[in-house]
Amino acid sequence: MSVQTTNYTVSEISSPASFITSRVFIYGALVVWAFICLFPIYWTITTSFKSAVDVTQGHLIPFVDFQPDWKGWRSLGLSPDSIFETSTVRDEFLKRFMNSVITSVGASSLAIIIGSLAAYGLTRYRYKFAWFRNEDISFFFLSQLILPPVVLALPFLVLYREVGLLDTRLGLILLYTLMVLPIVIWIMRDQFNSIPVELEEAALVDGLSIWGAFFRIVMPIALPGMVAAFILAMVLCWNEYFFAALLTSTDAKTIPVMVASQTGSQGINWWSMAALATAAIAPLAVIGIALERYLIMGMTAGAVK
Amino acid sequence: MNRGPAAAPGHAFQLRLREEPPKRAEFVADQTSTANQWPAGAGAYDLISPARKRLGWTLMAAATLGLLATIVFEILYRAETETWRPAVYAYVLWGVALGIGQVLTRGEDGQRALFLLPALLFTIAMVIFPTLFGFYIALTDWNLSSFSGRKFNGLDNFWQMLGDPYYRNALFNMVLYVLAVAVEYVIAFGLALLLNAQIRARKFFRVVFLMPLMLSPVAVSWMIGKSLMEYRFGPAATLARHLGWDNPAFFSDPITARISIMILDAWTFIPFMMIMLLAGLQAMSREVLEAARVDGANAWQTFWQVTFPLMLPVSVTAVILRIIFKLKLADIIITVTSGGPGGATDSVSSFIYREYRDRSNVGYGTMLAMAYLVIIVVFVTWLLKIANRFVRNVN
Repeated sequence: MSVQTTNYTVSEISSPASFITSRVFIYGALVVWAFICLFPIYWTITTSFKSAVDVTQGHLIPFVDFQPDWKGWRSLGLSPDSIFETSTVRDEFLKRFMNSVITSVGASSLAIIIGSLAAYGLTRYRYKFAWFRNEDISFFFLSQLILPPVVLALPFLVLYREVGLLDTRLGLILLYTLMVLPIVIWIMRDQFNSIPVELEEAALVDGLSIWGAFFRIVMPIALPGMVAAFILAMVLCWNEYFFAALLTSTDAKTIPVMVASQTGSQGINWWSMAALATAAIAPLAVIGIALERYLIMGMTAGAVK
Repeated sequence: MNRGPAAAPGHAFQLRLREEPPKRAEFVADQTSTANQWPAGAGAYDLISPARKRLGWTLMAAATLGLLATIVFEILYRAETETWRPAVYAYVLWGVALGIGQVLTRGEDGQRALFLLPALLFTIAMVIFPTLFGFYIALTDWNLSSFSGRKFNGLDNFWQMLGDPYYRNALFNMVLYVLAVAVEYVIAFGLALLLNAQIRARKFFRVVFLMPLMLSPVAVSWMIGKSLMEYRFGPAATLARHLGWDNPAFFSDPITARISIMILDAWTFIPFMMIMLLAGLQAMSREVLEAARVDGANAWQTFWQVTFPLMLPVSVTAVILRIIFKLKLADIIITVTSGGPGGATDSVSSFIYREYRDRSNVGYGTMLAMAYLVIIVVFVTWLLKIANRFVRNVN
């Protein structure tokens, strides 16, 4: 059954009425849930083009209900007419944005490097450090997944102050690496397990060293898995709020912290909040659409074989 | 109706925290023994000259001494060095030296150990030390806003915790939030079935359904919690009014507020379970389903007697992973309700967050966090045990 286009079974075709009902039901449910998923995004994007009156009167459809306006984007300094003028808000936003990019890319890369190496070692060789064997080491790494951020947050707050890493991007990168490392190891272990050992054995016979075999033979094959792990790690790091809120104040603040800190002050500027939220979610939305295949691959690693 | 055992995707799955030994068993990187267990004839590579070995040992010893010296120096001359940074650098250098030393003294064995060392040294430094330090802080009376600094006060924080109604309330909320996973699971399963049905534009729907997971929970809290559910003009409130709810205040009374938080969290995380379940459905062999139909089962029977049991292992993984993520729930609550009304929506994490942020109470907050850690370690261990037994019994 490799070809599965629309091959409906006999029972379905024999009663057209129930077939149509089930089609209607399926597509109805799909559309309803798609609406639930998309409406908040739609609402945010349109709100960034609304003025106060349009927001409070609950207008929904641009050009019909209300006249779109660059208001929200102007307050961020990102609208067409303000983009070339100097804007402190925009500088602030760009700084936060860069912080987010640097911390999430940095942490994901670091996690991929050390996580892939560890996963490779664990799938291929047998270790014994004191009384810890492979299974114990794997368990040690994966058990970090359970550790809630709140347990580490306060000790890290104190430690980071002691070592001068508080409110630095490096500090966040290290913590985020720790946070995504178990997931990366989980995914990569699955990847390496699916690569036959014979490949490396052949490479070793041909005179490559262990590391040579890893870099020249195994890595290229495992690359899709690495991309998947990287993207999943990126998503988690980009969206992380808890550590960022506790451990950064002025220099290393990331986008989520900036979004959250807007809400409190004297009444909410709906349009600028909406613009900020849109800008915060846009990069990942684009990644999600473009690289959806890898994301799914990362999430399902180890779940089904 | 018989289930084809070969078709069960379940055999492949478990929450495999403990893995069977790997395929290649030649190598033992034993820290204590220098005996090389690589089979004879593995090459001259492993013949390490004594001089090289000595060099390796010297390097590792020197690095260890350097690390210790830095720490001692830091302790003695704390006032002169601004921070403990030198100790961090010393640790990194020590790690590098250890790696080189392994290769020098143990040749190929050392090269293999090198795969594991970076991650291991990193995790140990980042987890073990802070956790131990955390347990120490938990036993102190330490308020960052007071000038008296940190004072050891034994188990006082612990007794205070036992009598803290807000903490108990937060724990109770966590129970409710975890129970909400059951509803999320049902919805996610339904969506996975929909996506697995013979539909057009499957990829489009999959991307759309995945979208909420990609979005930052903080932005989501704002978008949905603060804006869509806004009492006066939010579309959700307007809709609720049309449906006959006169007073659609989503966050003002405890029960509605909790449900609203659950919905918000579910919105972001349902795709996660959905994708895992969808993968499970797609891995299921179609022959089994065909066989069920041939046997005359209708769709309902097929689902309950074939699909659902076969999906059980994947379901258990998805649900457990989801629960693990749920136990960390904080950002949505912090941004939408800050625990209100009156702590009704607090998760443990958000409660501790405020304990620190608003009251700077590091000692007590850490005690709460450590107690929480113990609770969830016990809980998750129990859960894994139950789940494994459950899956084994059913299959």
